[in-house]
Amino acid sequence: MTRQIIHKPQSESDVAEIVRESLGAKTPLAIEGGGTRAGLGRPSQAPATLSTALLTGVTLYEPAEMVISARAGTPVSQIERALGENGQMLPFEPMDHRAVYASAGDPTIGAVAACNISGPRRIQSGAARDHLIGLRFVNGRGEAVKSGGRVMKNVTGLDLVKLVCGSHGTLGVITEVTFKLLPRPRQTATLVIAGLDDERAVACMSAALGSPFEVSGAAHLPQTASQGARTVLRVEHFPDSVAYRMEALEKLLSPFGAPSRLDHEPSLSLWRDLRDVGPLAFPAQRALWRMSVAPTRAPRLMAALRQTLRGDCFYDWGGGLVWFATEAAGDCGAQAIRRAIGATGGHATLVRAPDEMRAALDVFEPLSPALMKLTRGVKTSFDPQGLFNPGRMYAGV
Amino acid sequence: MSQIAFPEPDPRILARRDEIVAGLARLVAPESLITSEDERRAFETDALTAYRRMPLAVVLPRSTEEVSAVLAYLHGQGVKVVARGAGTSLAGGAIPQEDAVVVGVSKLNRILEVNYGDRVARVQAGVTNLGITDAIMADGFFYAPDPSSQLACTIAGNIGMNSGGAHCLKHGVTTNHILGVRMVLIDGTVVDIGGDHLDANGYDLLGVIVGSEGQLGVVTEASVRILRAAEGARPVLFGFDSSEEAGACVADVIGNGIVPVAMEFMDKPAIEITEAFAHAGYPLDVAAMLIIEVEGSPAEMETQLARIVEIARKHGVRTVRESQSALEAALIWKGRKSAFGATGRVADYICMDGTVPTSKLSYVLQRTDEIVKSYGLRVANVFHAGDGNMHPLIMYNVNDPAEQAKAEEAGNDILKLCVEVGGCLTGEHGVGIEKRDLMRFQFTPVDLDQQMRVRAVFDPGWLLNPAKVFPLDQRDAA
Ligand SMILES: Cc1cc2nc3c(=O)[nH]c(=O)nc-3n(C[C@H](O)[C@H](O)[C@H](O)COP(=O)(O)OP(=O)(O)OC[C@H]3O[C@@H](n4cnc5c(N)ncnc54)[C@H](O)[C@@H]3O)c2cc1C
Repeated sequence: MTRQIIHKPQSESDVAEIVRESLGAKTPLAIEGGGTRAGLGRPSQAPATLSTALLTGVTLYEPAEMVISARAGTPVSQIERALGENGQMLPFEPMDHRAVYASAGDPTIGAVAACNISGPRRIQSGAARDHLIGLRFVNGRGEAVKSGGRVMKNVTGLDLVKLVCGSHGTLGVITEVTFKLLPRPRQTATLVIAGLDDERAVACMSAALGSPFEVSGAAHLPQTASQGARTVLRVEHFPDSVAYRMEALEKLLSPFGAPSRLDHEPSLSLWRDLRDVGPLAFPAQRALWRMSVAPTRAPRLMAALRQTLRGDCFYDWGGGLVWFATEAAGDCGAQAIRRAIGATGGHATLVRAPDEMRAALDVFEPLSPALMKLTRGVKTSFDPQGLFNPGRMYAGV
Repeated sequence: MSQIAFPEPDPRILARRDEIVAGLARLVAPESLITSEDERRAFETDALTAYRRMPLAVVLPRSTEEVSAVLAYLHGQGVKVVARGAGTSLAGGAIPQEDAVVVGVSKLNRILEVNYGDRVARVQAGVTNLGITDAIMADGFFYAPDPSSQLACTIAGNIGMNSGGAHCLKHGVTTNHILGVRMVLIDGTVVDIGGDHLDANGYDLLGVIVGSEGQLGVVTEASVRILRAAEGARPVLFGFDSSEEAGACVADVIGNGIVPVAMEFMDKPAIEITEAFAHAGYPLDVAAMLIIEVEGSPAEMETQLARIVEIARKHGVRTVRESQSALEAALIWKGRKSAFGATGRVADYICMDGTVPTSKLSYVLQRTDEIVKSYGLRVANVFHAGDGNMHPLIMYNVNDPAEQAKAEEAGNDILKLCVEVGGCLTGEHGVGIEKRDLMRFQFTPVDLDQQMRVRAVFDPGWLLNPAKVFPLDQRDAA
C-alpha cells in the first residue's frame, strides 16, 4: 500500500491533535518509530502514518536513581550511549531487529516498549515490561494519558503500562517512556559446553539457572552442517565474582562435559549476536518463528516440528525461547507449529515472512474465545474507532 | 468520625438477603457458607481496622468450579462481590460492604505442582506467601516477593495488591514473578491467562490483573516463578547519627552501581519500638539505622560488604554490626518484619506507603516529621529505602475520633508530598478505600477514566469490589 500522508508530530499535543483530526476524518493511522521492525506483526492497513521521528530526546536521567525517561522516538543507540557513560544499561537487553529484517534506520525506545522487546537477560532480569515503570501515550480518543511514573515501586491504580507495553501500537501512540536501569556488569564471561543434544542441553541450562551463580544468559545452538552443538552460559558481575562463579559453575556442570571459556570481549559479541538472532538471520527469505514455552518442554516441541518441517533452530532463555527458521512456503509451517504448541503450551509468533503471508496467517498465537473477547474490549476501551495499526495483531482488531 | 465514605448499601439487595443466602447454599457445602453474625464479624474488616462493614454473607469455595458457580449466581442476582485472601490489606482493599458477598480463597490452599527444571510452581490462590517458600526451601529455592505479612497473606492478595517486600530491591515485586493465573470473571467464565512460559501472548492482561485489587475477577490459581537462593546471605546493621546521613548513604550505594538484595531503613522511634519487642540487637544509640543485606559466597559477601562500608563511612556511619550467625541474621529480619506488629502494641497506627525518588528521601523524612508533629501526633519510619518506598507509621488512638481524623489528614498530607516530589501514593499496599479519594492528586480525570474503561471490560456492571480504588464521584464519566 502506498502511504501518501506521513505525520511527524513534534510534541504530545501535536500527536493528540493529529489523532483527533484522524478521528474526524475516519483515517486509520499506522504508528511508526524507526521503521526497523515494520515486519513485526501483520501488515498494517492504514492510509496514513504517524511517525515519532521528531519526538526525540532524553527528558530525565538520574543515574543515582537508576531511572531514565525519553520521548518515544529517541534512538535506542542514543539511550545506550548516555547509559554507557554512567556505567548503566537497559537490563532487559532489547533485541535489534535489523539483522533479521535486513532493515535500515534507528530502532527507537518507544518501539522497544510498544513491542515489549527483550533479549537473553530476560530470564534473569525480566522483560522490557518488567522495567517499564512509566508511560505517556495518546489514546484513540485523542487524549493524553499517563500511567505509572518515575519511581521504582508504584501500585497506584490499574497498571496500564503493562497493557500498552507489547500492544504493538494498537492501543495508543506512546509519546514518552520511563525505564528502570541497572549497573552494567563490570565483567562478562561465558562457559561453552560442546556436543549436547537438545534434551541434555536444556537439562544443563536448567541446572545452571537453578544454581546460585546468577547465570544471566543460557542458550543452546544445536549441531548444524558446519558446526557442532554448543551450549553457552553467561556470568556477569564484578571480576572477582565472575572468576569465582565460572569456577563453581564448571564444577557443577561437569557431568555435562568439559567446558571451554570465552572471556569478556568474545562474550559480549556472542551474546549480542544471539540477542539479534544472528544465527538464523540468513538466508533472509526463510520464515522465522519465535516460540515461548516452558524450557523443559522445548526439546519435545522441536522434536514434534522436525517430523514435518525442515529448518534450523536455537534455544535462548534456558530453552524457554525457541527461534526456528523454515522455508517460507505454504503456510510457513503454521499449522504444524500451532498444533505442537497446543500440546506443549506457550505461544508462537511468526516474526518474519513475506507480507502476503503475514496478512493471510495468524502472526500471533490465536486466542481462546474468552480471551479474544477481553482483547477486543481492551482495544475498544483505548481506541474505540479502531484508528491505530488496524489488524496489526489480529485481523479485524 | 470516620472520614472515608462507603456507598449507601442497596436496600433491594439487603431486603433479599435470605433468598440470596439460600441460593448460595445450593451451590456450596454448608461449611463453605458463613451467615451467622458472629462468624461474619471475622470478615468485616482487614488490617485497616478503623473501618468495618458487615458483609451480606461469606463464601469460602473449595474449587474453581465452585467460585465460578457462585459468581455466575451472584452476577445473575446483581449482587456485589468482594474477593478476599487473608484480609491483611493495609489499604482497606478487602473490607466488605453490607450489600456484598465476600468470596474468600482460604480453602484453596494447596500447592499443586513444583517444577525446578522450569523454575515455576503452580499453586492455588489461597496458599500463603511463605507457604510457597516453605515448601521449596529444603531444595534451595524460594518465592521472591516477601511482604512482612508473608506468614499470613495469600498469593491471591499479593496478586490483588501487587505486593512487595524487603527483598524486592533486587528481585522485583509480585508482577515480576507471576507467569499465569486462572481467574473467574464476574459472569462465572473461567479464563487461563499466561501459563508456565515467559511473557504474554497478545495484550499483557496478566500485567493489568496483578494489582487490580479484586476488581477484574477472582483469581483461583497462579503459576509463580521460583528462584534458587544465594549461597549465603547476611544482613548488616549500619547506624547513623541522622536520618539525612542514612538517606544519603542509600542513594550513594545505588549510585555506585551496587544493588544489594535489601536496604531497609528505621528511624529512632521505629528502632526503639521494634527492639523492645523483638530483641534483635538493634543499636539504640543511633538516630537512624539501615539493614543492608549482602549475598553470595562468603568471599563475595565480604567484598560487597567492604564496598558498602567504604561508602557508608563517607556518610558518617557510626556503627556497623554484622550478624555473626544464622540465628542472629534471622533475628535481624524477624525484628524488621515484626516492626508493624510491634508498633501496634504501642499504639494504633495507620501506615502510609508512598514512594519517592531516592534522592528525595531525606527531605521527605524531614517534612513527614514536621507534618505529623503539626497535628500533635507521633510517627515511626520503617521502610524499603533502596526503592524509595516509605512507610511512616502514624500513631494515634482509634477510640478518639478527633485523633483519627488528624492521623488521616496527616497521612493525606504526606502522600500529597510524595506525589509532589515526583513519587506516587502507594508503592505496594494498594489504593483500597484508604487512598481512593487522593487518586486525583496523582492522576488526571482522563487517566482515571482510561483505567475505569479497562476495568469495565472485565466487569461492565461493576459488581467486583466497587467501593475501592476510584473516587466515588469520578465514575459516571467512564
Ligand atoms: C503487619 C503487616 C505487614 C505488611 N507488610 C507488607 C509488606 O511488606 N509489603 C506489602 O506489599 N504489603 C504488606 N502488607 C499488606 C498486605 O499484607 C498485602 O497487601 C497482602 O498482599 C494482602 O494479602 P491478603 O491475602 O491478606 O489479601 P486481602 O487483604 O484479603 O486482599 C487484598 C486485595 O486483594 C483482593 N483479592 C483477594 N483475593 C483475591 C482473589 N482471589 N482474586 C482477586 N482479588 C483478590 C482483595 O479484594 C483486596 O483488594 C502488610 C500488612 C500487615 C498487616
